[in-house]
Amino acid sequence: MLKVDVTKQLGGLRLNVAFELPAAGVVALFGPSGCGKSTTINIIAGLAAADRGEVLLEGQVLLDTERGVAVPAEKRRIGYVFQDARLFPHLSVAANLKYAEHRAKGPGYVSFDQVADLLDLKALMPRRVHRLSGGERQRVAIGRALLSQPRLLLLDEPLASLDRERREEVLPYLESLRDQLAIPMIYVSHQFDEVLRLATHIVLMQSGSVTAQGSIGAISLDPQVRSLIDPDAVGAVIDGTVIGRDALSNLLRVRVGDGEIKVQTSEGAPFAAPGKTLRVQLLASDVIVSTKMPQHLSVRNNLQGIVAAIEEDGPNSDLIIIDIGGERILARVTKAATRELALTPGMRAWALVKSVSLRTYERTTSAVFPHG
Amino acid sequence: MNPGIWLSPSESEALHLSLSVALRSVVFSLPPAVLIAWVLTRRRFVGRTLLDALVHLPLVLPPVAVGYALLLLFGSRGVIGGWLQRSFGIELIFTRNGAALATAVMSFPLMVRAIRISLENIDRGLDEAARTLGAGAVDRFATISMPLMLPGLLAGAITAFSAALGEFGAVITFVSNIPGETRTLPLALYSALQVPDGDRAALRLALLSVVLGLGGLLVSEWFALRVRRMLGR
Repeated sequence: MLKVDVTKQLGGLRLNVAFELPAAGVVALFGPSGCGKSTTINIIAGLAAADRGEVLLEGQVLLDTERGVAVPAEKRRIGYVFQDARLFPHLSVAANLKYAEHRAKGPGYVSFDQVADLLDLKALMPRRVHRLSGGERQRVAIGRALLSQPRLLLLDEPLASLDRERREEVLPYLESLRDQLAIPMIYVSHQFDEVLRLATHIVLMQSGSVTAQGSIGAISLDPQVRSLIDPDAVGAVIDGTVIGRDALSNLLRVRVGDGEIKVQTSEGAPFAAPGKTLRVQLLASDVIVSTKMPQHLSVRNNLQGIVAAIEEDGPNSDLIIIDIGGERILARVTKAATRELALTPGMRAWALVKSVSLRTYERTTSAVFPHG
Repeated sequence: MNPGIWLSPSESEALHLSLSVALRSVVFSLPPAVLIAWVLTRRRFVGRTLLDALVHLPLVLPPVAVGYALLLLFGSRGVIGGWLQRSFGIELIFTRNGAALATAVMSFPLMVRAIRISLENIDRGLDEAARTLGAGAVDRFATISMPLMLPGLLAGAITAFSAALGEFGAVITFVSNIPGETRTLPLALYSALQVPDGDRAALRLALLSVVLGLGGLLVSEWFALRVRRMLGR
């Protein structure tokens, strides 16, 4: 478990963060640029000093300004993947990896060959660092950090300097890392789609403070998150449970709250078995609201629930929050529609969403296929 | 005087002496130059500007003044010179080691500058990366900073070597002009000019200096190029 409670004056920004994180999974440190995310993980790593506060990892005090404890970065056993990779330019790929391997302390849980396999580094080994593409560099940097056998892996926007194509190239490796190694990670990002694919928890930061934290599902409904991301990306994210495949339609049935949705899967995709968790993103703009039980529609998903709240979304639109037995769905409708349907909290409503517009993120294997 | 293409015994003696003095000077000044360059780039402390100025002093002082200062400090009655003689029997004044000391002091700023520039060009982030991988300070210096500042180190050493070959004022003031002991190429050239009909000998020595200097610069460029390739820049 990681416990952080620190303050630091950063020019005009007062950093004041406190959070506790679970010992496993990927925690996304999410927030706009310049809100202090990187400084926070630098303090955790020991690369930046805090004015005051403490950092504890697995019960070990890494920083305690009051007692004058500050374990140096090289003794913390915390791995770090930098945005700019920071591979050693005078060493080959293999030598960069060995550099970490030789200095690893404590119990090793991942071997050189495992890392090379996991990140597809075999072919790159003899290469000089400056001959690598941006994506390859980050893969090597991730491998290098892993080979130091860290207790915690920090990733500071590792994909931010890559173009879209390269990001797509590296993301699956990060997913297999998450699924195949038990190492806890803190992933700093201001890209919500990356967070969505990788994270189990989110810590939301704004201008130096933690403003919200929790599961992806809960945070995806938070108005603060909505204000940070592209309006088109606003929507509920729900971790559903796979029920099975519908033989007739070949759609995957997923339990969401007390309802069920059907998700399109590509042919032959290695898809989740019954009982597995599947993350489903229901974009607010794809959800249609009905106040009557809908009939004669092509829409496959039809979730009955109760209107929990109506929030203003923009000058002409509202967000209707519908509770479907514990899980909540966001629907973006025009103000005119809110008026005409006389939508009010507490009333019964149906949320309709086409199977083809659902994005899913598999949580259990390295293969992830966003469907749209 | 032998007017042939081959060097006369006194010429080759001066050449050998110059190379020997320059080599000693570089070998002895390299470690402190690295240390001071390191301290000046990576550390912030009171007196840093003073240290910086002190290192650069030989560049702006008349070489004769530097030689005189050395005479005061390292002469047999000087504070350091007397102690060296009493404790270790090391004689600097009027010896080739003394000549090496004088050239080392004179070329020291050039060396420090070259090393400093290459140190400043090293991405500090690499040092941080090495820290997160568990490398301590000495480890990082040996495995990251040192190899990456090699181009500057070599450039500095070669520049200092070339400058040491030509040092005149400080050497003649501190260790005098003794044939076979402290009469390096520039001193031999000066001596030749003091003799009637020494023009020809002076010209030969001057040409020899040109060849040496050019050679030094070419070797330096070649080294720098190779190291840059090695580092993939």
